[in-house]
Amino acid sequence: MFTGFMVNAWEIATIVAIVAGVVGFFVVMRGAAFPAHAIPNGAFAGAAGANLIGINPLVGLGVFSVGAALGIGSLSRRGRPDAVTALALVMMLALGAAFLSQSTQYEPEIFSLLFGEVLGVSSGEILPVAILGLVCVAGVLVLYRPLLLTSMVPDIAEARGVKTFRIEMAFLVIVACATTMTVPVVGALLIFTLMIGPPAAARCLTDRPGLAVAGSVIISLVIVWASIAVSYETNWPVGFFVGTLSAAGYGLGRGVAAWRGR
Amino acid sequence: MHLLFEPGFFTSGPVHTAVLIGSVTALVSAIVGVFTVIRSQSFAGHALTDVATTGGSGAFYFGITPLVGFIGGGVVGAGAMDLVGVQRVRSRDLATGIVLGAATGLAALFLYLDTTTSATTGATQQILFGSIFTLDPSTVPLVAALSALTLFVIALVYRPLLLSSVSTELAGARGINARAVGLIFMVAMAVAVGLSSIAIGSILSTALLIGPAATSLRLTSSLRSSMVLASVLAVATTCVGILLAYDSSYWDPSSQGLPVSFFIVAITFLGYLFSGLPVVRRRVGRRRGDLEGARAVDVGSRPMSEGTA
Repeated sequence: MFTGFMVNAWEIATIVAIVAGVVGFFVVMRGAAFPAHAIPNGAFAGAAGANLIGINPLVGLGVFSVGAALGIGSLSRRGRPDAVTALALVMMLALGAAFLSQSTQYEPEIFSLLFGEVLGVSSGEILPVAILGLVCVAGVLVLYRPLLLTSMVPDIAEARGVKTFRIEMAFLVIVACATTMTVPVVGALLIFTLMIGPPAAARCLTDRPGLAVAGSVIISLVIVWASIAVSYETNWPVGFFVGTLSAAGYGLGRGVAAWRGR
Repeated sequence: MHLLFEPGFFTSGPVHTAVLIGSVTALVSAIVGVFTVIRSQSFAGHALTDVATTGGSGAFYFGITPLVGFIGGGVVGAGAMDLVGVQRVRSRDLATGIVLGAATGLAALFLYLDTTTSATTGATQQILFGSIFTLDPSTVPLVAALSALTLFVIALVYRPLLLSSVSTELAGARGINARAVGLIFMVAMAVAVGLSSIAIGSILSTALLIGPAATSLRLTSSLRSSMVLASVLAVATTCVGILLAYDSSYWDPSSQGLPVSFFIVAITFLGYLFSGLPVVRRRVGRRRGDLEGARAVDVGSRPMSEGTA
């Protein structure tokens, strides 16, 4: 279980879990679950498009996810954010369907882009993912205070001269960046689950932001490691274990919070 | 005539079924969608398509009728979201996300089992991107009956639903159980979304639920007129989209035609962008004799950061 291609899987999953834990904390704090779902899911259309015209899928993913982030952020200013996000998502998916209809081989590709192939990662993929992951975490750390302020008390942040809109855009670009790096290796659905479940569970356990970020990273690491181990033994998809364990982790967090009487 | 309608459009059986089912589901989606948008539950509306798809892939595995799987999955998902706390604005986003994550995990398992245990290829694609042109005509009566039932339920709770959508406090003061009304709405939405996901695919399901409703809420001032406008927009978009998709296979004989979903979504998206143009909004506002007309429609829209603690 710890030899050959599995080493790559462990390494990449660890990077992804750390990034998802950090970025996810703010996704939950800001109530940005929908954009966090829409950006990775829509971005797979970019990979399909890149596949069609014969360029590197990462370029397509990057262009679509950053484009989606900027589009959702700017259109949300003058409309209902959730409706705008839904429409941006379906527009990207429809483009993806159009790209796929023009290419000939796609069935396994759809499955792997949506659900990931963490057990099939090659060692060459680790370095770019690690670099992009570092960029995401660094971005969150640089913007830590304004992000926290605009998430918790938007009015005070505004009064302090924090540019709420710019912070929102920067945050969505960070989500897009995390998406680009993770979709090819773990799939669109899995990264979303990791950005919601562990941070939500961590927030049930503590009110202190720093502790919650640390807790969210630890929980997501445990979930990912356990999922890979069980998936290796049973041959069932990793996504299934990550999805159910995340929900179970959140349920457990709620249970502990209720038991403590909070 | 041939410029617009390629030969065979009016005589093709699949086109008839597509137009019929497409229009029925578009109509129901648009009306349910107006409430979805004013209640800011677009995420739940979209997530339910994925949850319904999980039910569909489960039904595929267990050998049950897909329609039962889709609707059952959606209704169970709606119940789970309510349990986690979709009724409170603060935790709405999170509740939807948690249920969606668990459901997609399950979908991964079912699709994996579908593709490994049965020899059928194309299960993933068929379930995820169901095509309107491959509908079975025998499902038409069932789809129509369930659509009618959904509209009937919405009509039944129309007043309390409207009041609790606008103000929970006001509804509470009038003795309305906002949570019960919210749950009834979620279940009705789950049925509508489950129906449209199986009939026209999950992409179009969300597009027709949110697009026409969001556009018409920007252009009209009353709920009734925006429901009428949304229905008209949804049905018209669907028919034009089907026509264009049918025609598209004749544009370039060397390649395949483009999917229906692409045309319908593109028209919907452009329509929404158009309705937000300052010129359009000013004109609508002036016609209403209301200086802030364009703004008044958007009451209830909140910055993305609000709604968290």
